[in-house]
Amino acid sequence: MDEPSDIYGLIAEFETPADLLAATHEARAAGYQRMDAYSPFPIEGLAEALGFHRTRLPLVILVGGILGCLGGFAMQYWCAAVDYPVNVGGRPLDSWPMFIPITFELTILCASLAAVVGLLALNRLPMPYHPLFHVGRFALATRDRFFLCIESTDPKFERQTVWQFLNSLKPKVIEEVPI
Amino acid sequence: MSDDALSSRARIDSLVEPPIVEPGYTFASVTDKISAIVLREGSPRGWWLGLAISFSLVLLLLYAVGYLLIAGVGIWGINVPVAWGFAITNFVWWIGIGHAGTLISAILLLLHQQWRTSINRFAEAMTLFAVACAGLFPLLHMGRPWFFYWLFPYPNTMKIWPQFRSPLVWDVFAVSTYFTVSLLFWYVGMLPDLATLRDRSMSRLGRVAYGALAMGWRGSAFHWRRYEVAYLILAGLATPLVVSVHTVVSFDFAVANLPGWHSTIFPPYFVAGAIYSGFAMVLVLAIPLRAFYGLEDFITERHLENMAKIMLATGLMVGYGYFIEAFMAWYGDNQYDLFTTINRAIGPYAPAYWALLACNVVIPQVLWVKRARSSAMLLFVVAIIVLVGMWLERFVIIVSSLHRDYLPSSWGMYSGTFWDWATLVGSIGLFFCMLFLFVRFLPMISISEMRTLLPGSLAKPSGE
Repeated sequence: MDEPSDIYGLIAEFETPADLLAATHEARAAGYQRMDAYSPFPIEGLAEALGFHRTRLPLVILVGGILGCLGGFAMQYWCAAVDYPVNVGGRPLDSWPMFIPITFELTILCASLAAVVGLLALNRLPMPYHPLFHVGRFALATRDRFFLCIESTDPKFERQTVWQFLNSLKPKVIEEVPI
Repeated sequence: MSDDALSSRARIDSLVEPPIVEPGYTFASVTDKISAIVLREGSPRGWWLGLAISFSLVLLLLYAVGYLLIAGVGIWGINVPVAWGFAITNFVWWIGIGHAGTLISAILLLLHQQWRTSINRFAEAMTLFAVACAGLFPLLHMGRPWFFYWLFPYPNTMKIWPQFRSPLVWDVFAVSTYFTVSLLFWYVGMLPDLATLRDRSMSRLGRVAYGALAMGWRGSAFHWRRYEVAYLILAGLATPLVVSVHTVVSFDFAVANLPGWHSTIFPPYFVAGAIYSGFAMVLVLAIPLRAFYGLEDFITERHLENMAKIMLATGLMVGYGYFIEAFMAWYGDNQYDLFTTINRAIGPYAPAYWALLACNVVIPQVLWVKRARSSAMLLFVVAIIVLVGMWLERFVIIVSSLHRDYLPSSWGMYSGTFWDWATLVGSIGLFFCMLFLFVRFLPMISISEMRTLLPGSLAKPSGE
């Protein structure tokens, strides 16, 4: 279907995590690609069933940690040995063991900041508006219900067939998600 | 493992130990029960009473700090030789209390201790508030707190940098990193619950406020996947951090060349003491909270008993620390160390020393008895005794080491003034005031993690 759709997608509601996981596997097998599943807690294997392979988040955190480590050490070295050298009892200016505690703390600090900023950025959060929030029953996705949404941007999306397909998965409710 | 083996294992577990969550809960009822504490109209009378008492103590703190800013640190009992009085005692005590929160949320997560789930949220809140109270004291002790930013390396017109070889500067970095990372960890852990509150709130203000804080979280499977990765790595980062923070605090003492401070046992013994006092504080908070809010099904006897066991273990480590300190003073054959140790036991501060041994080493031995560990009332009393004992420990380390200098001509005595006590009691008020506000406005138990403990949460049979 080529013309732009007037809906965001179709959403089906399930009562157990096992039903949602099975439905996701079937939708994937039926060839749908643009879809997402929503649950009140993480479900093992669900993201993989949706075609999620790996996240770059650990790499982002590693880079944050390395930058904090090198930056923290360089700052102390430059301050103490280059810009403001103070001779204390003839001790060496580049006393690197004394710089380790702060280097360590800044490594952890920058890695943690990278973890949180990276998590939000990769998840495209904050996102105060989302079409799904129009669906009244979707509020249950943060309580006790499990949702599978096939989005209208999917190359195979056609309202009637998707509705019939979702219906064949025996969901509790199917709803249209307006844009 | 086959299904049969798993279920018989579960049967045996349930015979041996009480469950983590009482049976009969569903995803919906867990969600409703925890979020109702925040969302329902009005508060129990006990909450108002507690808030009123702790808020009056905050006013006392403001009074004491206000007068301090006008008159200077001379209003405290500190002098030369005892320049570190209550302020540093309170700092070390508060920051130690914070450590249990990180231990519960990070280390027990990495060790797959599922029972941590129902206590980690408010233990993390306790960490934040305790570190906030701790940070107050070194700032006030500086004399001119309004120049606190001189501690940070920023380009300035004086053309100088902080002395990075000083443990006191390490402290600045360790404590501010600890606070920031604890805040991030707490907030990330709360994101899904904030979304729950947004979706369940009846008032427009609640929906907007929780909605803004939840940042549009909607429980997408992709989001959850990254979330789990981030949460696990944050736990891995917080674990060495928490060990480093009290180590750096102990360096403030151990790096100094003073008998009674200059000891390599300090870092491990400070970390053990921190966890010891922290678990005591978690018990002091958890026992009344579960009673007032009817959370006995989530914070069960098993939680209390496990925490009591951790207290017993860390208490023994602390006792070992006291023993090694005394042993090394004798074995090291240094007359100054030996004098400090004997002076602690029979000098002017001997009552504080013996009281700390009674509170931290002798009385907690009652926790060997299972009946004692399963009595909430008794645990509450023991936990308060441990908190007092740990405060006395820091007082003895600081004051009894400082008040006898190398030269008898510079010997002195120290005692806290009204303003010292007002600041200590006021900081306790500030801590409880923030906690009362926390239990009113944020979910004190992680709802999304509690759901994963329920039997229906597994998508696949666990035998696969």
